[in-house]
Amino acid sequence: MKFSRAYAIVLRYAYLLRGSATRIVPLFAWSVIDIVLWGFITKYLNRVTSSQIDFVPMLLGAVLFWDFFTRVMQGVTTTFFEDVWSRNFLNIFSTPMKISEYLTGLVATTLITSIIGLAAMLLMASAAFGLSFFSYGIMFFPFIIVLVLFGIAFGIFACALVLRLGPASEWFIWPIPAILAPFAGVFYPISTLPDWMQPISRLLPASYVFEGMRDVVANRTVSILPIALGGGISLVYILLAYWSFSRVYRYAVETGLIARYSAESVG
Amino acid sequence: MDSTIPPTLVVLGLRKVYGNTVAVDGISFELRQNEILGLLGPNGAGKTTTINMILGVLKPTTGEISVDGMNILKHRSKILEHTNFSAVYAPLPGNLTVVQNLRVFGLLYGIQHIPEKIEELLTTFDLVKFRDTKCGVLSSGEQTRVGLAKAFLNDPTLLLLDEPTASLDPSMALEIRTLIKEFAQKKSVAILLTSHNMYEVEHICDRVLFLSKGKILLEGDPKRLPQEHGKETLEDLFITVAREPLSLERSPETV
Repeated sequence: MKFSRAYAIVLRYAYLLRGSATRIVPLFAWSVIDIVLWGFITKYLNRVTSSQIDFVPMLLGAVLFWDFFTRVMQGVTTTFFEDVWSRNFLNIFSTPMKISEYLTGLVATTLITSIIGLAAMLLMASAAFGLSFFSYGIMFFPFIIVLVLFGIAFGIFACALVLRLGPASEWFIWPIPAILAPFAGVFYPISTLPDWMQPISRLLPASYVFEGMRDVVANRTVSILPIALGGGISLVYILLAYWSFSRVYRYAVETGLIARYSAESVG
Repeated sequence: MDSTIPPTLVVLGLRKVYGNTVAVDGISFELRQNEILGLLGPNGAGKTTTINMILGVLKPTTGEISVDGMNILKHRSKILEHTNFSAVYAPLPGNLTVVQNLRVFGLLYGIQHIPEKIEELLTTFDLVKFRDTKCGVLSSGEQTRVGLAKAFLNDPTLLLLDEPTASLDPSMALEIRTLIKEFAQKKSVAILLTSHNMYEVEHICDRVLFLSKGKILLEGDPKRLPQEHGKETLEDLFITVAREPLSLERSPETV
């Protein structure tokens, strides 16, 4: 593993971000829109309901963390799409760079952009709607790590899918977070779901994250079990995603897909 | 060329089959230091497929490729540290400037002293005035020069050039040919080059291979080969290869 090659991928994205509003705005735009929308909804719910539940950390916090997961997953795929959009596969895969170095570069780029996005979201949520995660100390930190790992796993898997199916399949990738959200129990306990949905939820690390976070908000205690389960499943998914990408890459080298990658060449 | 030094590139029984289509059909050849080998043939003859297999971006169906004694399938990363290529169909990303592209690829190839190397290449390829221009807005000839600058970044021992002067005006093409020739002589590099410009091939290549339907049909000195086959020019020979390959089929003894 030569980190200078992974750094090349990070540097390439930094160059693209520099002076490109079309790339900088999406880092924050959707998250900010979600925070504004859900911020007002939670304010309204706090006013009209007689319960003692504070909806700000429960709903707005959940939206913020789900947006963060989405940002991580789509950060990996967007960095990969830069090579798809600029038809750069032949140039980049004929360098000495290994798959592990390439994926490390994609993940490192994503971590940097996602942390910037998260900071902006936290600032907005706390300044405009009084959401203060700092009052919970570092209790949320392990859950953020699990979401990062889960986002990386799905991001790499999505890259493998696009490499295999072609550029047009990027439209399969964008809705993935929306499809996962009902199963992840972002806004409600998993027990709310019908029986057939619950086993699927148990396979998603995010479901443990949101169950655990609700526990933190309600009881101010961190339970190790959901973190361990969510983290463990995420690590298994990262290994599976890496294996999938490597396998698709080998297929692409065997069939000539890397050398002739375009919407027309992929069946 | 020193024939006592082991060849830089050895291709043995290389074959690539896509479904029912045989793109490359069991070709074998060697390429030595300071040698420029022309890979000629009509469109679809298997030239680009061969180059892609040597680059490790396409796996051969059968056969072997070794560079500096190492097998490409086993030592891909190591080999590519000292190999590079340029092709008109693979321009560098248009959304980065010339310098940004060269810096990113400099890191990918693991070269030392990247800023100095970039300055040298900008001067060599007359790109100084375009250093901060995005590659996508350059003319095709200028993009070709940027691609060539990238190809020279890591001082390769094996350089693959797929139609390197296809988009260049005659004056720039002459400069690039001179540069490639000088580079081959000074830097102990082996160059495999494809071109449809027979004038260029005659002036630059030490040896040529004529490919047709994935097979090597002819091999020899581009200056002597036409006469050996009763043709006046290399272009006449090329046309015969493209239209009547059977009349030039090599006998097994000459392969």
